[in-house]
Amino acid sequence: MTQRVPVTLTVNGTEFRREVEPRLLLSDFLRHEIRLSGTHVGCEHGVCGACTIRLEGAPVRSCLIFAVQADGMSIATVEGLAPARGQLSVLQQAFQDAHGLQCGYCTPGILMTMSAFLEENPTPSEDEVRHALSGNLCRCTGYQHIVDAVLLAARRLRESV
Amino acid sequence: MMDAPRETRQIGRPLTRNEDPRLLTGRALFVDDVELPRMLHAAFLRSPHAHAEILSIDVSAVKARPGVVAVITAEDLGEYWQPGPLLVPPPPIAGMTFRQRCQVPLAKGVVRHLGEPIVMVVAESRYVAEDAVGDIVLEFATRPVLGDLEAAIVPGAPRVHEDLPDNIAAEVVQRKGDYAAARAGAAHIIRRRFWYDHGASMAMETRGIVADWDVKSDRLTVWDTTQAPVVIRNGLAAMLGLSERQVRVIAPFIGGGFGPKMMMFYPEEVLIPWIALRLERPVKWIEDRLEHFVATTHERGQLHDAELALDGNGRILGVRDEFLMDTGAYNPYGLTVPLNSQCTLLNCYDIPAYESRFRAVYTNRTLVTPYRGAGRQHGIFVMERLMDAAARELGLDRVEIRRRNLIPPDAFPYRNEIIYQDFAPLTYDSGNYGPILDAALDAIGHAGFATEKAKAKAEGRHLGLGVVCYVEGTGIGPYEGAKVRVQTSGKVTLATGIGTQGQGHFTAFAQVVAEQLGLDARDVEVTTGDTDQFDWGVGTFASRGAVVAGAATHGAAVEVRKKVLKAAAEHFECAEEDLVLDGGRVSIAGIPERHITLGALAQKANPLRGAVKPGTEPGLEATSYFGPEMGATAAGVHAMVIEVDAETLRPAILRYVVVHDCGTVLNPLILAGQIQGGVAQGIGNAFFEELTWSEDGQLLNASLADYLLPTALDVPRMELRHTVTPSPLNPLGTKGAGEGGAIPVGALYAQAIEDALDLPARGIEITEIPLSPSRLWEIVHGHD
Repeated sequence: MTQRVPVTLTVNGTEFRREVEPRLLLSDFLRHEIRLSGTHVGCEHGVCGACTIRLEGAPVRSCLIFAVQADGMSIATVEGLAPARGQLSVLQQAFQDAHGLQCGYCTPGILMTMSAFLEENPTPSEDEVRHALSGNLCRCTGYQHIVDAVLLAARRLRESV
Repeated sequence: MMDAPRETRQIGRPLTRNEDPRLLTGRALFVDDVELPRMLHAAFLRSPHAHAEILSIDVSAVKARPGVVAVITAEDLGEYWQPGPLLVPPPPIAGMTFRQRCQVPLAKGVVRHLGEPIVMVVAESRYVAEDAVGDIVLEFATRPVLGDLEAAIVPGAPRVHEDLPDNIAAEVVQRKGDYAAARAGAAHIIRRRFWYDHGASMAMETRGIVADWDVKSDRLTVWDTTQAPVVIRNGLAAMLGLSERQVRVIAPFIGGGFGPKMMMFYPEEVLIPWIALRLERPVKWIEDRLEHFVATTHERGQLHDAELALDGNGRILGVRDEFLMDTGAYNPYGLTVPLNSQCTLLNCYDIPAYESRFRAVYTNRTLVTPYRGAGRQHGIFVMERLMDAAARELGLDRVEIRRRNLIPPDAFPYRNEIIYQDFAPLTYDSGNYGPILDAALDAIGHAGFATEKAKAKAEGRHLGLGVVCYVEGTGIGPYEGAKVRVQTSGKVTLATGIGTQGQGHFTAFAQVVAEQLGLDARDVEVTTGDTDQFDWGVGTFASRGAVVAGAATHGAAVEVRKKVLKAAAEHFECAEEDLVLDGGRVSIAGIPERHITLGALAQKANPLRGAVKPGTEPGLEATSYFGPEMGATAAGVHAMVIEVDAETLRPAILRYVVVHDCGTVLNPLILAGQIQGGVAQGIGNAFFEELTWSEDGQLLNASLADYLLPTALDVPRMELRHTVTPSPLNPLGTKGAGEGGAIPVGALYAQAIEDALDLPARGIEITEIPLSPSRLWEIVHGHD
């Protein structure tokens, strides 16, 4: 498997060109090729959701697709969420305020899943948040503070419009 | 001098966490984020059998694969191949048997559990390393697999360790009072058999190690997902023949610990630094999830035969218990788990007589070491189930029988006499259990529940109530330390030797420092888990971080406060009593315009010219250590209302209440998170998670798609309440809170489900955990 093929991905607005093996996972491309290691890998079989990124806007598990499959596409990762260095997005700030993370390992995937969810549903109920969250595993928090954080972010986002 | 804690109330504030911005923006360093030039990657060939003789290992094809740098078997390790070390020696208990057999770096001759490493491959990339593992050709002769505990102790059973006479790893008998006499005088004897299986901790981050031998500085740096970096540093230095100065172990941000990352030494922790040193190149190994299921330690099952002796009023006269515990293929963690079970079984009750015998049994399964709760839930399940059965036999309400037996508040310190995991006689330092029970009953709506249940029943719905008590031995020794320093910037640093895995140490410890030094907790920079910053200590386990390292932090901050006030008094030429320390500066009481900042004082305390008085220490810095004489005992009650679907037997939690007493609360926001997370793991243990093994020892559900962790739909919103009974054993009055949330949940599920389906009236009791809808169906319909 030494064959390498060129890929071009736009990640958080920056274009990256690399030559990679066709079997290279997108998660490994992000973490180890372009060194955006904020995206975490929890299970490598698409269950835990820790590696969720946004591919052309849609939340996608980066451990379940190859980098070459994302050739030419636009990707958003946790590193691109904050409006500027030293600042937090509304969603990130809500996670801090509501204590929505402990070890923080699953957090990037949850932020990416929830950022897409809140764009789709700006006025979610608790039940809707829990359903949207149910594809992301967290072993530390028991989810309650994550749910609180997402509801808090939704409220703040509505109020800021 | 003004009373320090009154100037700035930092302790007890629900402060949001200092560490969160880094974690939320992808800027926190986890082990797999370490990238070094020339770094190699390791992968392991692991045993596909639970028990087998290795007949041959052929690695010739591996060596021919491009990109492979090294292939290592047990033979290649030479003198470095050593079992162990024994991490926790057994406490001195008279008459005990303890037969130590520790894990080895790479299997030699025999494999004793699934996932035991046999060959290490190091290559230019992880992909190549994993390809190369597939090139290895092994021949095995499989051996009988020991999995069932009772089968493993039958005389003549095949043995996990052939050099031992049988599969008994340990046998311990402990007694309090005279159980035989208690039994002879009892009006009621309740006797039951219980099975309690605890699963795998499944931290979202698997284990991982990066080791880098820097030739020119003659130093080894190791990034390790460990809960005990100092112990790893010391052990590695000894094993590798290096001085401790030459080894730096960093436990950076860790993606969840829960106990198994306290295990030492994992084979990979022994091997990766060794090969990095040999190759003089950095080497990384990151465990995958499949490996994690079989190569990272579990907790697993215990089989209890227990009896409760009571008088005619439902007062406990004594308890007798005998249990078998699965310890896995090796026992480096000694007796921590079974001793926790044995001791915690006594729970919050005044029990005059206790006789308990356990045998730890070797099996061909992954090693058992503590996982959140660490055997405590097994003991609590046995005791709480016995209490429920006793209540029925005596015609008492289950709450009433518990209330009658609570240790009264004037009986503390309460001595249970038997030896605990910290080697000290089990003593509850402080407690007031009645108000905890009252608060839980109030919060769950106990008074109105009978009506609620009857009303639901009329609608064809099945509601059940559960109320369960627990204690949690926390904050054990031996000790931890902390170093506090005021920087010339005015910010303060704190370093401690424990690692952190999400417990909020960067914030809670900052609050402890800020409380003494009168500054914003945001201005306290906390370092944990870096042996170059602080290298005395033991680790983060047994709900002890906040208690033991917290107390050491407090001690160091108190000392620095004294230095600050002394320096300021000299500066102002006034008495220390006239000074106020607040807002990052010291001022004269009543004259706030006369002030000096902490940073300026730190500058003055580290002069570059001139003379200082004899005996002067530079800077505003202090190091302090704290070692409690014994653990602090937290307590609580969980209550829930559950609805069980009579057709599918799927339960839904309608209300969940936790009332917890862990003494002084450092940060209620962080505490709430600890409790909620614990309950979630308890729910997983009670109803979702079960390691399922085949007859030949294969783990049948070794993926997160098959081993079900609770999701956001499975964990209910919880109502938390607290009572505060400070511990007299440490200056802050804290008790640990890391495990309490997880401990009583199995017993709670069993009781609430029995209640919802009125099982006891049908002669059915739930005596096992974990449950599932299908297992519940078997229990309810009489299939075993």
